[in-house]
Amino acid sequence: MSNTLSRRDFSKLLLSGVAGSALGLFGTSTNAFASTKRVVIIGGGFGGATAAKYLRKLDPSIQVTLVEPKAVFYTCPLSNWVLGGLKTMDDIAHTYAALKSKYQVNIVPDVVTGIDVVKNMVKLKNGKTLGYDRLIVAPGIDFKYDSIEGYSENVANTQMPHAWQAGSQTILLHKQLLDMKNGGKVFICAPANPFRCPPGPYERASLIAAYLKAAKPQSKVIIFDAKDKFSKQGLFKKGWDRLYPGMIEWRSVALGGKVLKVDAGAMTITTELGVEKGDVINIIPPQKAGKIAFDAALTDATGWCPINPVSFESTLHPGIHVIGDASIAGAMPKSGFAASSQGKVAAAAIVRLFQGKVPAAPSLVNTCYSLLASNYGVSVAGVYKLAVDGIIEIKGAGGLTPLDADDNQLNQEAMFAQGWYQNICQDIWG
Amino acid sequence: MAVKPEIGLTASALMIAVIVAGSSALPADCLASANSARKFSARQSDSSPRGQILALSCASCHGTDGKSVSVIPTINGRSVEYIETALKGYKSGDRPSTVMARHAKGYTDEELRLIAEYFGTISTTNK
Repeated sequence: MSNTLSRRDFSKLLLSGVAGSALGLFGTSTNAFASTKRVVIIGGGFGGATAAKYLRKLDPSIQVTLVEPKAVFYTCPLSNWVLGGLKTMDDIAHTYAALKSKYQVNIVPDVVTGIDVVKNMVKLKNGKTLGYDRLIVAPGIDFKYDSIEGYSENVANTQMPHAWQAGSQTILLHKQLLDMKNGGKVFICAPANPFRCPPGPYERASLIAAYLKAAKPQSKVIIFDAKDKFSKQGLFKKGWDRLYPGMIEWRSVALGGKVLKVDAGAMTITTELGVEKGDVINIIPPQKAGKIAFDAALTDATGWCPINPVSFESTLHPGIHVIGDASIAGAMPKSGFAASSQGKVAAAAIVRLFQGKVPAAPSLVNTCYSLLASNYGVSVAGVYKLAVDGIIEIKGAGGLTPLDADDNQLNQEAMFAQGWYQNICQDIWG
Repeated sequence: MAVKPEIGLTASALMIAVIVAGSSALPADCLASANSARKFSARQSDSSPRGQILALSCASCHGTDGKSVSVIPTINGRSVEYIETALKGYKSGDRPSTVMARHAKGYTDEELRLIAEYFGTISTTNK
């Protein structure tokens, strides 16, 4: 039997416990068929901002409010390019001006302090409330600071940045790299799966090496990894040998890659094999769903949010959809691209639900470009579908840049990486 | 006008929708047609919701409505035949690409046709 989800399977999914909330939803007729069509979205990143735009684009009769405290959103994609000196912070900055003026999205620059799931209301820090008929929660990630002894938000903000949410953290890590002496050691400490942007730590190592090779060639980058393998591993390792021989070292979990403890004052990390002193130490801690997802009890024991893959509606709270990194989206990675794809699926589902229709079978994709140098790009792609047990990758599709890709293709992929960024940002915030 | 059916779409109504849907090609289409059979008015142009939902994915690289603002090719306004031929060429490997073959292989020929129809006609149906 093929992996294709048959009509019967799709129906089963809609009627099964997996999709229990979809049913629950149809049961709560006040939600499903409210006379108003108000959607509140918490979070203006790749998932939330996409959902805002596409809800308005697909059905202009829906009232959309986007709650996002930051006036300027800096993207994680391309933030490694800033660290490598290829882009500036301005290049990765986006605002909500176009969503407001072109798509009439109501932008509320505030922090959500709570969600009243009984009254269908979002509470804001300023004391006001926002009523909704459907809510989209797109909070991204939060960090498990306490999983590494000695690490904390304060240490991240002063000595050992994570730079895994772009903005002041990116600026801090960039400054540390600029200030570092020639011959210094840069540590990048990567977490176990699942985490935001699986190829990210390795693109970061590449582009930091690119900068160091030109400016401080005696320096080294060491990746301490809590895993025994990583995304695009063959492509990265081949590229490192070609571009930065001897400059990038990767230590797997079996070789003492897992960081147990840090000492911010001494600028050291401790692994199973002992203490190591670095000059720049980038700690990418283990992660969990953003805070509001926990506050609203949208998370399960994994620390992420279970969803119905047809509509990205929470299986724990009918009427609330969770998209992006915070959601448990089967085979899809936690990436900006995936979040945006999910934002469109959730928007299309909500449009149909407001019309009293069953959501269409979703179509989900992902493409992640990574740069190893300005003219050296690689990618991984995935096309996804629903199976009875959730979102799976379609076999025979997707996959990696070929390991034997020639320089022309690698250069083309680097160009497309930049082209992709321009287009997806325009598709979301433009 | 908002759709306000008298009855809630309960599990049993869904069952009916599913049964009515028996012979259609795709879940989305069949459920939609089941709904229209129940006289839920289709407020918006809804001729191929499947084509639209498939095409939304393309915009993440090719730009909103397939209008690129970068080095990636624009697909908005290309003819249905051009897009369909290109997509099928990527899928078979006849047409060289970096990433498109990896995407095209994720869709049936029918789905590629729906995507081509969506972008091939979008310029006349959208702004």
